[in-house]
Amino acid sequence: MTAPYLGPDEIARTVRRLGHEIVENNRGTANLVLIGLLSRGYPLARRLAAAIREFEGVEVPVGSLDIGLYRDDVTRRSAPPPIRPSDIPVSIDGQTVVLVDDVLFTGRSIRAALDALLDFGRPARVRLAVLIDRGHREVPIRPDFVGKNIPTALVQDVRVSLAETDGEDSVHVFGEEAAHA
Amino acid sequence: MLDVRSPETEALPGAAEMARWTRKDLLDTDTLSRDEIELILDTAEGMHEVRSRPVAKVATLRGVTVVTLFYEQSTRTRASFEVAAKALGADVVNLTASGSSVEKGESLIDTVRTLEAIGADILVMRHGKSGAPYLAARNTSAGVINGGDGTHAHPTQALLDLFTMHRHAGDLAGKRVVIVGDVLHSRVARSNIWTLLASGADVTLCGPATLLPRTLGSGAEGSRCTVTTNFDEAIRDADIVMALRMQKERQEKGLIPSLREYIAGYQVNARRLAMARPGALVMHPGPMNEGIEIAPDVAHGVTSVIEEQVSNGVSVRMAILYLMATARHA
Repeated sequence: MTAPYLGPDEIARTVRRLGHEIVENNRGTANLVLIGLLSRGYPLARRLAAAIREFEGVEVPVGSLDIGLYRDDVTRRSAPPPIRPSDIPVSIDGQTVVLVDDVLFTGRSIRAALDALLDFGRPARVRLAVLIDRGHREVPIRPDFVGKNIPTALVQDVRVSLAETDGEDSVHVFGEEAAHA
Repeated sequence: MLDVRSPETEALPGAAEMARWTRKDLLDTDTLSRDEIELILDTAEGMHEVRSRPVAKVATLRGVTVVTLFYEQSTRTRASFEVAAKALGADVVNLTASGSSVEKGESLIDTVRTLEAIGADILVMRHGKSGAPYLAARNTSAGVINGGDGTHAHPTQALLDLFTMHRHAGDLAGKRVVIVGDVLHSRVARSNIWTLLASGADVTLCGPATLLPRTLGSGAEGSRCTVTTNFDEAIRDADIVMALRMQKERQEKGLIPSLREYIAGYQVNARRLAMARPGALVMHPGPMNEGIEIAPDVAHGVTSVIEEQVSNGVSVRMAILYLMATARHA
């Protein structure tokens, strides 16, 4: 196993900074809803909410979103995506929804997430926060809040592990030697 | 340093590899692995959430054609499959034996091949003859789902029953499940036995001796079920009681002396339910003969999940349609 690109402390610092940026951009926490994509966007959304609670003293609602039924490659993939329940605990009508995911790559997951989200209501605006942006977009999607930009080759693989889903906090870049930014 | 790691460290799904669905057909539950059953139930949980939304419809199976081919009457199974397919965005064509070329004597194989040529991706089939869906499945590249064949199998009913039990009773390992009634002629009972045994439940089959299968007691699967004619004994400490429909023609064929005697010995009623575990679930695959195999107050009582079975059926059939339509066959 190669050394992680990011370790637990760096991930914690990055999440904290993203929390500050989201609140700054929103000019506070009013009407803010964090919705994490399953599986790893959801624990990140909860951590963002925990960070915001620490420095703002406000509990921002957190939801989870499963995009399996909305993917554009459902019947083309070798393994169909697992289907899990989404949990959107508050009305998103008129709210500022921040979608949260671990890695932004082709943008197709976010395209699917927008479709899924709109089945739950009509937010006033939708923002995108990602821990890692590795480039190679295939659809016109751009993030509003980025933890780390990691320039990658297509043959490489970026793997985010989180304690809640994987037992540890780390970001690994597999494949050809990673360009350490 | 400020700790912004998740406050609770409960395990979230995602890391574990989920089982994959590779079957072309779903003909019975007997060959399903425990992993496959869990995959169906997990997927059904996701579908259940979709059904709870204000707009309970997605476009996932757009372009997929589901044909229901029913040679026997059905209300809930056919309607349930139609609602499930439409909720996933699939197109649905409903065929019944009357009013189709079946009346002109078209063979099952010809019918199935014609439907495939028309563009059917999945065939949901009900037939009075045990094994008919197997014949159909061998003669088409479309996926075939058995919607009930003769006295043989009704896999989607068993899976929706299991889903309903899981939602109320959690893990079924060691739970006592009593299936009471005409077990011998019940495709629902047969398919339930397999899923219940795979889930580790303790299964008791109960009914008049003439309506109990003879081979179950000694066969590989039968040796894991308790078979008894004494319902008052069987229901004691049961966690789940499932009543089967009593067909009136069984009396005409002399398999039971009279409905009155059947009621006296095997009706699920309040007196007997009081001997089961407190809160024991009451189930029935429908349609019910209230006052015969089940007393009305029990059928509509607080621990009855009979209506929920029907509703859960849609979620489970959505899961099965999704898995079959997206499967890569081995």
